[in-house]
Amino acid sequence: MTSQPPFIRINSVSRVFNGGNGVHDLSLEIPRGSFVVLLGPSGCGKSTTLRLIAGLETADHGTIEIDGKDVTSAPPSKRGLSMVFQSYALFPHLSVAENIVFGLKVRKTKKDEIKTRLDDALRVTGLEGYEDRKPAQLSGGQRQRVALARAIVAGHPLCLMDEPLSNLDAKLRHAVRKDIRDLQQRLGITVVYVTHDQTEAMSMADIVILMKDGRIEQIGNPADLYLKPATAFAAGFVGSPPMTLIPANALPASVIPDGVNTNILTFGIRPEDLILSTEHKDQPWGIPATVTGNEFLGAETFVFVAIPGTDGATARLPGRVEISPGTEVSLSWAGAAAHWFDGEDGHRLTPTGPSTPAQDTKITSQPDTATSIL
Amino acid sequence: MNEMARLQQRRLALYGWMLAAPALALMSLFAFYPAIATFWHSLFTRGTSRRPSIFAGFENYGDLFADPTFWTVATNNLIYAGVTIPVSIIFALIMALWANAHIPARSFVRSAYFTPTILPMIAAANLWLFFYTPDLGVIDQITGFFGASPTNWLGQPETALASVIIVTIWKEAGFFMIFYLAALQTIPPDLREAARIEGAGRWTYTRRVLLPLLMPTTIFVFVNAMINSVKLIDHLFILTKGGPNNASKLILYWIWEMAFAYFDSPHAAAMTILVLLVLGLVAVAQFRLVEKWTHYR
Repeated sequence: MTSQPPFIRINSVSRVFNGGNGVHDLSLEIPRGSFVVLLGPSGCGKSTTLRLIAGLETADHGTIEIDGKDVTSAPPSKRGLSMVFQSYALFPHLSVAENIVFGLKVRKTKKDEIKTRLDDALRVTGLEGYEDRKPAQLSGGQRQRVALARAIVAGHPLCLMDEPLSNLDAKLRHAVRKDIRDLQQRLGITVVYVTHDQTEAMSMADIVILMKDGRIEQIGNPADLYLKPATAFAAGFVGSPPMTLIPANALPASVIPDGVNTNILTFGIRPEDLILSTEHKDQPWGIPATVTGNEFLGAETFVFVAIPGTDGATARLPGRVEISPGTEVSLSWAGAAAHWFDGEDGHRLTPTGPSTPAQDTKITSQPDTATSIL
Repeated sequence: MNEMARLQQRRLALYGWMLAAPALALMSLFAFYPAIATFWHSLFTRGTSRRPSIFAGFENYGDLFADPTFWTVATNNLIYAGVTIPVSIIFALIMALWANAHIPARSFVRSAYFTPTILPMIAAANLWLFFYTPDLGVIDQITGFFGASPTNWLGQPETALASVIIVTIWKEAGFFMIFYLAALQTIPPDLREAARIEGAGRWTYTRRVLLPLLMPTTIFVFVNAMINSVKLIDHLFILTKGGPNNASKLILYWIWEMAFAYFDSPHAAAMTILVLLVLGLVAVAQFRLVEKWTHYR
């Protein structure tokens, strides 16, 4: 994949709106056949990026190439792509079949080809038997599939999706997520998918592009984003519940490794890496904290703790754990599980020196502490 | 128990009649009774002090069909409707599409289009009287600038009806535009973008998406335009008084003339009944046909 030239290349593109939103000097490359998710909070420029690729917005500066061709000023129809809208944008006066073949008819495709393509699209999306219904007579999930069918019927190599699942209920969303991913792999198309839901990004993407304020925060596969967030923002945005981020000055100096000493330092820890212990004497070291509450979710329990001088932290413990609020606990973690970020610009810091001995002992004591709580 | 249920049902029916009663009373008094009275009146001869009115059956209707003026007026009204309805609808649609686009001074454009609607028809007619004045009016000033000789637009049979038609279109198009504008604003912009991605140009989008979605509005506007083409005659009083030589006379103006200028109320009543009959039939046909073609959201 890396040896091939990129399918989409965006070269320092800017598109700024009156309010200052938009994208600023954005450059990225998308390989052919990949499932790329543009992730970020609202107003981060992810939809603008998608609309720039689609040609619904025109770049103020920079160039956009699709499949080796410069399409910066080409109209959407000349870019060889299809799009699924958040609202599905189905034509309410046309039947399902007419909606799907709308584009083929506009492009004056031959009648028998339209027929075969329509049948294919209906079969792939499981819409057979609904051809003559109007969109108003369909459920949300069915409408979504009509939008998908319309996107794949033309056989374009690129499909853009703008939050296509946000109008579905949670259960359906999970199923459709899988369907879309399967469809993309079966057809071998490139998908650029916009969402603000990090779960969708993590579960579907080959590549996640995390954006913030019109700039790219981090590009990587879901594991990279989760395990090595490039910034404190990425650390806080990906993962549910998100990584706990606390100012390092609330921690004892002994736990801070070498090479991360800046003026303001932020410490981050994933909820599942946080070790909770009620028995202080077992611990060579630990940070005192008070339990403020817990949530039992079946397979796991989230325990919320207050740490003096911080906004508190969340620990994820397997199974059912009951700790009454107000319990004094001691927090610790394996040295390698800690993330360190510059407190000012948020970028990731890598410790240079070895972890402190105090932290290394933690790795061995981890299973004990988990059981000691139970 | 059963008795109770029946009682309950009867009470509900009674409530229904009670709720409908005020409207029913007013409608009967001001719509149904006059319509029936008019029909009844149209079956009698015109009464004078020497010859009292007697029952004449459908003789008045026969007189109407025999009168050449009837055919002139009916033709005039058909031409009037046939031109004002489609032209004002098309103008309204074009203006709405323009006023709905992202153009500078959008609200100014909208209110400018709407201004003719705010004016009373009489005032509009007076305004156009100045435009049409031979030699001095705006139109002749402009055509005169290019060397054309002055024209008495309202005073000659060839141009009188056309002049009246233009005033009506000018008056109505802005009003209908408001309905189209409202309808256009309910159409999500996503549809436009989806169509663009599918390769549909401006014209294809308008024809395949916009016009079908505006169909309910078009029907509404069409019915209104049709009713207006029969009932709106205020401007005739100012502009032409139906002349010259009945060239711009419309049905309702003719009825008014018969009833209140020549005091021939039986014939006016007969004509009124004919108009009601035709309008009723057209309305039924319209709604029957249109229901098949139109997509209501």
